[in-house]
Amino acid sequence: MSNNSANSNLVTAQKAVKQLRLEASVRRIKVSQAAADLKTFCLQNAHKDPLLMGVPSSDNPFRPPKSCALF
Amino acid sequence: MGELDVLKKEAETLKTQIETARKAVNDTTMEAASSGVAPAPRIQPKARRTLKGHTAKIYALYWALDNKLMVSGSQDGKLLVWDTHAGILANCVPLKSAWVMTVSFSPSAGLVASGGLDNMCTIVNISGEKPKTMRELDGHDGYVACSRFLSETSILTASGDQTCGLWDLETGKQKQSFLNHVGDCMCVALAEDQNTFISGACDSQAKLWDIRDGQCKQSFIGHTGDINAISYMPNGQAFITGSDDCTLRMFDMRADQEVMCYQNAQPTAGVTSLSLSLSGRLLFAGYDDFNCNIWDSLKGEKIGVLSGHDNRVSCTGIPSDGMCVSTGSWDSFLKIWN
Repeated sequence: MSNNSANSNLVTAQKAVKQLRLEASVRRIKVSQAAADLKTFCLQNAHKDPLLMGVPSSDNPFRPPKSCALF
Repeated sequence: MGELDVLKKEAETLKTQIETARKAVNDTTMEAASSGVAPAPRIQPKARRTLKGHTAKIYALYWALDNKLMVSGSQDGKLLVWDTHAGILANCVPLKSAWVMTVSFSPSAGLVASGGLDNMCTIVNISGEKPKTMRELDGHDGYVACSRFLSETSILTASGDQTCGLWDLETGKQKQSFLNHVGDCMCVALAEDQNTFISGACDSQAKLWDIRDGQCKQSFIGHTGDINAISYMPNGQAFITGSDDCTLRMFDMRADQEVMCYQNAQPTAGVTSLSLSLSGRLLFAGYDDFNCNIWDSLKGEKIGVLSGHDNRVSCTGIPSDGMCVSTGSWDSFLKIWN
């Protein structure tokens, strides 16, 4: 193997290790905590979610029905 | 042992360390945590608008922040801007290259960006009487699969050259590149504070990046196929991805792992696109089998289907007011549902 390709393999491996060290150092919270926060967020915002709550006809910008056909 | 062997061994050790640390915090599943939550209502949105104008497959769509204008891109070589409320065409932008894969509006909707197999991201000013090409961002060595404006002067791209790029529209030059994926980058989503973004690629991984220093902060594994779509949950702490492996998955960034998998009983169609409702509870996913499935994101249950397209649903979108969901298809039509 030539010196150049040996060196570039080394550089790639060094970068990979550096990246893995960074990713390994992340502080993680428990999945139960993450799930609880997500649940709370969804439930607290449910009433503001038009697709979930349904859109009354009077407030629906897409009523009355219209079709756009260019041909 | 040579230095290379030492490094390889250290890499393996670190990977194992990461897996162990993830397992250590994996004390429950999202499904179990949501078992007490009342099921989401079985919604059946109706198609309120069918927008016919493209003459070939639609590949991408994007809503303007005014919740009214929507732009679509098709391999008929045009971007069409629709006034979805009035149900009329507002503007038409002919493209130099018909092979479009992504479209987006700038925050003011005065600019549209498109990208595709020409390896460029083209910025067009549509605020004047006639559309005017403002910039052709040249620098990727592969197709541009996704583009998202940060502002009127800055845009993020995802490319088949396995990198993402941040571009300055005033100079037309790339300000930052994001290198770590080992497969084509297919999709990106920006965090609300624009300090970070997430990407999905054909290496089956999703990654979290720091925009300013170009550093990949976290890598998320789980998918077994190309990741075609990615979107933040509205709480900003989790995101959902859609893949050729026929599943969608939710990853939580603080737990650093997958927390939910959305899979049909008979998974046969890849996921092309996804959108989340305002609260994050409803997940709309476009598939290769012509349908758009509606999932309860907390409980992992399928609660509805949008059927009406005669070919693959290639793109979906929900405007910022959450009032509807739009779908674009290879059948050349766009539909708006609520």
